[in-house]
Amino acid sequence: MKLQTSTMLALYSVLEAASHPEKQVSAAEIAERYGVSAHHLAKVLRELGRAGILDSSRGVGGGYRFCGNAKRLTLMDVIEHFEDIGARAPEPGMAESDVGWAIVRVLTEIDDIAKATFRSITIETLLKLVAREQQAKSPATLPAPEQAG
Amino acid sequence: MPDLPSKSSSGRGAADAGKAASAIKAASAINVRAVESRDLNDVIAVDAEASGLEKVDYWYELFHRYGTRGRQQRFFLVAEVGSRIQGFIIGEVRDWEFGSPPCGWVFGVAVRRNARLGGVGSALIGAILECFRRAGVEKVRTMTGRDNNLVLSFFRSQGMMAAPFIPLELDLK
Repeated sequence: MKLQTSTMLALYSVLEAASHPEKQVSAAEIAERYGVSAHHLAKVLRELGRAGILDSSRGVGGGYRFCGNAKRLTLMDVIEHFEDIGARAPEPGMAESDVGWAIVRVLTEIDDIAKATFRSITIETLLKLVAREQQAKSPATLPAPEQAG
Repeated sequence: MPDLPSKSSSGRGAADAGKAASAIKAASAINVRAVESRDLNDVIAVDAEASGLEKVDYWYELFHRYGTRGRQQRFFLVAEVGSRIQGFIIGEVRDWEFGSPPCGWVFGVAVRRNARLGGVGSALIGAILECFRRAGVEKVRTMTGRDNNLVLSFFRSQGMMAAPFIPLELDLK
């Protein structure tokens, strides 16, 4: 399962908002942070608002605030708003072919594993992973430079 | 692995569960200890609530193999809040299985529905991880159905990631 750009933007946005649930995050802030198109991002944020994952407010100081339950909301709950996660079918022209169905069977197996993974990871768990990545990269964990001389 | 029922967060049951879980959190008195024979009926009940099946013989057999004292590589623990058993966890160190150096395996965990989100599961896994560390292993594994979101999410929340193994099966009929 390859995620589309919109889906990735949605995941960035949800994580950004969920990491600071007390504050409003602006579309411009997210766009700048991840180097993405503000126009494209605006559409994604609107969809997240419609899905009840982000809450939007207009005006000065407005923006988006995470309003889901980070312990319960999974990556799949976000992804399914942007991806077609329905069952696979053989490519056109292969529908009558045993080869086509055999390939569909293997690809479905891969999809099922990917979906199970996305369903098992909550926003809170992913934020913990982000923190672990940050910790792993922090200077405190790097080996001390060798003394010159 | 005993299954937990699908997650549910709506309705009165969920609200009651939330209250009970909050009470457990507030009490902060989760005691994890080795199982004893007097706990077996509670363990069977917790498992039956989670899996929908009461497996009396299975649990007596497991107690015989894992629950008696003096085991160095097998761990069968229960979580007690007050005098009530709220959950259990069971696992063992397996040596060179599938070519892997000795590692810990968790093959059963369940928490009473009305005690979830109160830290019981985390206390159980924390305790068995400590048992594995003391047994000298550096890796812990488990396996669960890929449609079992509740248990998968729980293990993920504890920092577990996909292992470098793929389970396979074959229909024999």
